[in-house]
Amino acid sequence: MTDARADAGAQSYEGEVLPPPTVRVGPLRWLRENLFSSWWNSLLTVGALALLYVVGKGVLPWALAEADWAVIPASLKLLLVGFYPEGELWRVWTVLFLVLGLLGLSAGLWGKLLREAAVIVGSALLVLLGVLLLADWGERLRVGGLALTLFGGMGLGWLLRLRVAPPRQRPWKRVLILCWFFLPVAVVLLLGGIPGSGLLAGVPRTQWGGLLLTFALAVVSIVLCFPLGVLLALGRQSSLPVIRWAAILYIEVIRGVPLVTVLFMASLMLPLFLPSGWRVDNIIRAITAFTLFTAAYIAENVRGGLQAIPKGQIEAAQALGLGPVLTTFLVVLPQALRAVIPANVGQFISLFKDTSLVFIVPLMDFLGIALDIIENPKWGGPAREMLLFVALVYWFFTYFMSHMSRRLERALGVGER
Amino acid sequence: MRRVLRHIYERFPPRLRLWAAKVLRLLRGLLAAALAPLWKVLRDVRILRALVQIVFVVLVGLLAYGLYSNYTANAERLRFGYDFLSTTAGFTVSEGIPHERTDSNWKLFLVGVVNTLRVVLVGIVLASLLGLIAGVARLSRNWLIRKMATVYVETIRNTPLLVQLFFWYTATFLKLPPVRQAVELPGSIFLSQRGLVLPRPYLTEGAPVWETFLLVGLGAGVAVFLARRAHLRRADRPGSPLLWGLGVFALLALVGWFAAPSPPVAWEVAELGRFNFQGGIQLSPEFAALLLGLVVYTGAFIAEIVRGGILAVSKGQREAALALGLTGYQTLRWVILPQALRVIVPPVTSQYLNLAKNSSLAVAIGYPDLFSVANTIINKTGREVEMILIIMGSYLTMSLLTSLFMNWYNRRIKLVER
Repeated sequence: MTDARADAGAQSYEGEVLPPPTVRVGPLRWLRENLFSSWWNSLLTVGALALLYVVGKGVLPWALAEADWAVIPASLKLLLVGFYPEGELWRVWTVLFLVLGLLGLSAGLWGKLLREAAVIVGSALLVLLGVLLLADWGERLRVGGLALTLFGGMGLGWLLRLRVAPPRQRPWKRVLILCWFFLPVAVVLLLGGIPGSGLLAGVPRTQWGGLLLTFALAVVSIVLCFPLGVLLALGRQSSLPVIRWAAILYIEVIRGVPLVTVLFMASLMLPLFLPSGWRVDNIIRAITAFTLFTAAYIAENVRGGLQAIPKGQIEAAQALGLGPVLTTFLVVLPQALRAVIPANVGQFISLFKDTSLVFIVPLMDFLGIALDIIENPKWGGPAREMLLFVALVYWFFTYFMSHMSRRLERALGVGER
Repeated sequence: MRRVLRHIYERFPPRLRLWAAKVLRLLRGLLAAALAPLWKVLRDVRILRALVQIVFVVLVGLLAYGLYSNYTANAERLRFGYDFLSTTAGFTVSEGIPHERTDSNWKLFLVGVVNTLRVVLVGIVLASLLGLIAGVARLSRNWLIRKMATVYVETIRNTPLLVQLFFWYTATFLKLPPVRQAVELPGSIFLSQRGLVLPRPYLTEGAPVWETFLLVGLGAGVAVFLARRAHLRRADRPGSPLLWGLGVFALLALVGWFAAPSPPVAWEVAELGRFNFQGGIQLSPEFAALLLGLVVYTGAFIAEIVRGGILAVSKGQREAALALGLTGYQTLRWVILPQALRVIVPPVTSQYLNLAKNSSLAVAIGYPDLFSVANTIINKTGREVEMILIIMGSYLTMSLLTSLFMNWYNRRIKLVER
């Protein structure tokens, strides 16, 4: 930096400004700079190449020749929706269409981050369509339809944004936000059915399974644990000693024990501590455990945000005549929650990964079904193929979420102020 | 709403309206007079605060009482108590400190605790090493090393630990060849379905001589360390007295090694017996898979923390140190590392705690850790509430001890502010 400036100064002194030297990095030069810049670096490169060779020699022949990947397309339905009745699968497809259509519309109308998310999801769908194993034309058609819905929605939203003046866009955006708000309710009603009504027969929750169950557990727990976590954080910061100590006790105990114990407690002790007439199914037990567990971690994140609010903000709010409640909800919380979005998304990601622990309860989630298929003598224990596939699916969703969270962080400028 | 009311109001004759207004005013006055003391009390912040807390305590108490009465109604056959801990367990677990079927439940639980501690302590050391290496590798100038470290971190961090554990256990260790065709790695390490077999170091007859040298070396090392530190303090100069002490110790240990009549430590290599390996250090596939899974998983998280810590030290610090004439090593030791450590230690502490808590996933692959042994005890005795309290207490104690130690360490390396 300093050198460049000094050079520039010297040149302007001579009265002529030269363009910066064109740097052309040929492949050889690149190799030398990045892989063989010193004897130590060369050694590292050779060692790494040897390691890669050994691993590749072990893995590639297996993956290409020995592995029996046929088990995955054959059990795809089981993996994705568990024992959801065959005749009711249209509901799952409808939910997918709803979500993707909404995502597309929002992406078109708002742009930026949402558009990137939609593009990633859309390309994943196209890859699925192209590569994956959907021998059935009906399914190919449906996956193609999903991609079409997504991109069609995006185009529609984009047109709306171009054609409608910005102030007129507001009602559209509000309608969309309302749609997102009611989406979970609609999804639960659609998937679970309304028992007793002639319209949508109820699907018992014991038949939910696979990736569908994993998502249901994660989404419901995320929605429930967030408000609880914020309340706990406020309680921990409260000036009332009893409430503060109760919150501290709860948070520290939960953070000190493994999630497995909380799940175990929910599955064994919930029935013991509830009135004997109440029947709590396993899904509710698991959701209770995830909610109680994650709320403690969310509370700690939010507390970090609360502590980062400068005191001047609170004093300014008081000077304006706001009471303690209004100060908290109009001044402190909005800023605090905004500052801790990345941390909370990280927590949600780990909640998504942790839903795999429901084998304790027990429930047949994505991993549970995969393990069940491995145990099935029909397939001869395809442990590697199955677990690699499961890991890949988890990886896609988690990586997608953490990527979007990083983008969100940059867009909000958290940590730059 | 208001307009409608007004409309109705204006329908009434004026006299009635006047009367109604008078009555209303009177009622309001009476009410205000009656409520004034109460209102005044309620507006008092101190009383309000006390009231809120009392209401909170009462609500929590009611909830607790409700839960408790449900529990006593539901579990009337069982009386809450810990006497079951001293009764005979009637089962054994696959590994751990020696125990019998006839031992008490308490003894079996202790076996589980020791198993957990074993995997956690070894895991913390190995995960720190792996994390340090991977974290530095992510900042390496070597493109290949950097990319490999990135792939490692991003793959491992974004898949559930449980999937990885099953992968290591079901898809790796259980798919290894049987004992007869065990894979031999360099250094007499054997890999098979039955787990990992390592050579075991043992002391030979030459050991006593070497041990004497070690003891003398320890004394000399400590003495040199203390003397050197005192000297440096007096002279007010930087330096590392610990290095001197360790150097003296290592020198004496080396001299002792060659002074002994025979090499004092030898390796016992495992022999393939009739059914299994004999001798050596034998690690069960469950232990090996759990350890591998925890180390690889936690290592990826520690790598990110290490990388963040090194990046957090501003570039100017390094440049300033070099400009002051410090050598590369001195810059790293006295400028970069102390500042990076300060950023690194608190989050690494929570990773250690996570490792300890994640070790409870052992129950999924059948390693008899404290959680899985407790689970068996619950199945045998039906004492859910008591055992869960014990489990939670054990993990809480472990977390508390770890964070106490790490807080002490953190205070030691903390920046002393003006």
